[in-house]
Amino acid sequence: MAGKNCVAIAGDTRFGVRNQTVALDSNRIFKINNRTLFGMTGLNTDILTLRESFKFQMNLYNLEEEREISPKTFAHNVAQTLYSKRFGPYFITPIIAGLEGEDYTPFLCATDLIGAMEFPKSFVVAGTGEESLMGVCETFYKENMEPDELFEVISQCLLAAVDRDALSGWGSVVHVLTKDGITTKRLRTRKD
Amino acid sequence: MLNEFSNNTISLFLQKKKKKGSFFNFSLTTFSPNGKLLQIEHALKAVESGATSLGIKASNGVVIVTEKKLPTTLIDENSVKKIQKLNDGIGVIYSGLGPDYRVLISKARKKSQQYFKQYNEIIPVNIISRKVAGIMQEFTQSGGVRPFGVSLLVAGYDHNGPQLFQVDPSGSFWAWKATAIGKNSSNSKKFLEKRYKPDMEIEDAINTAILTLKEGFEGEMDEFNIEVGVITNDKKFRILEPEEVKDYISELNL
Repeated sequence: MAGKNCVAIAGDTRFGVRNQTVALDSNRIFKINNRTLFGMTGLNTDILTLRESFKFQMNLYNLEEEREISPKTFAHNVAQTLYSKRFGPYFITPIIAGLEGEDYTPFLCATDLIGAMEFPKSFVVAGTGEESLMGVCETFYKENMEPDELFEVISQCLLAAVDRDALSGWGSVVHVLTKDGITTKRLRTRKD
Repeated sequence: MLNEFSNNTISLFLQKKKKKGSFFNFSLTTFSPNGKLLQIEHALKAVESGATSLGIKASNGVVIVTEKKLPTTLIDENSVKKIQKLNDGIGVIYSGLGPDYRVLISKARKKSQQYFKQYNEIIPVNIISRKVAGIMQEFTQSGGVRPFGVSLLVAGYDHNGPQLFQVDPSGSFWAWKATAIGKNSSNSKKFLEKRYKPDMEIEDAINTAILTLKEGFEGEMDEFNIEVGVITNDKKFRILEPEEVKDYISELNL
């Protein structure tokens, strides 16, 4: 979700196989650099593999280009990587959130599993509870929220949607990215 | 007897599979006893006898100029374009063998588009220079090929500001504030050393570049036998029209 010169990503931490919960601490939101956060949902093995793959690419990028990648460029890179596996895709839905340029303009991008990009201005949702999430976010989202308010809104949206979805829950984590840094908070959700 | 027959057919089959020129899978560029790669030295000689090109990096842009000496007046000078763009934000000029230059431009353009496809961003100047240098180095260490007989001057403007790089047949590359390659390069460089100022603006740099080229020019210089390419902070590389070049030349003649 985007606010005024800030963005936030929130996700639950359940890792399960259909209705069996396997782990409660699976973190699926990763920091690419101080300006970019990257979250994924979907097949866990693809999430882990792509995490390593992007870490590899970004390390090389930082060394060769001697600069940090911007969120927009990273988003295009993700889309291109996913499309390169067009006929044997990674089963994930990635979300990229960041602050672009010197003015720290909020940047959001979501793609599907084969890299079709979308650049919403307000919020973007993904995962098993995405229908509930879409509804709640539509209701509670406001433009130009300050970081504190953004945190409140995104947390409430996540909690509400997670309660409605059997396959989501068991703890959640919220990252708020502003120009001063990233604040991470863990929320208690229903443990069922 | 059956074994002989099958052995013969197998060896015949293998012979047919051998590609033409597969005899040369060793490098033609080999070290001499005193540690030099003679082919590269010879390639540099080819560059030194090529037409003069020079470039100047100003505080707000880069200019590259070259001599376009055509062997006869019968050649349609509009069809000869020595300065080329690698993409909207980067321009290149050379000294040396024209055909080698064309091939390099083609490869470099492809690399720059691959980068754009991956990142949706114009490739930075130092990165493309490194990639082109890598291509040139490959041809000093591969089987059956010779080094490129060109040195390139790569001019661009990216997030690091204006930059001017030279890439040599050996595959080495480095950044210049101002330089000249080809015939008269040492005289031109001495001239540039005196005239270059770090806070030079682009207009000043264009005048200095054309003046430096004039110093070593054989015969009368006009807007049809030189080419000028400029990039400023709008990040769009432009090759100047003959009319604009004429204005600069006439300013110098005053």
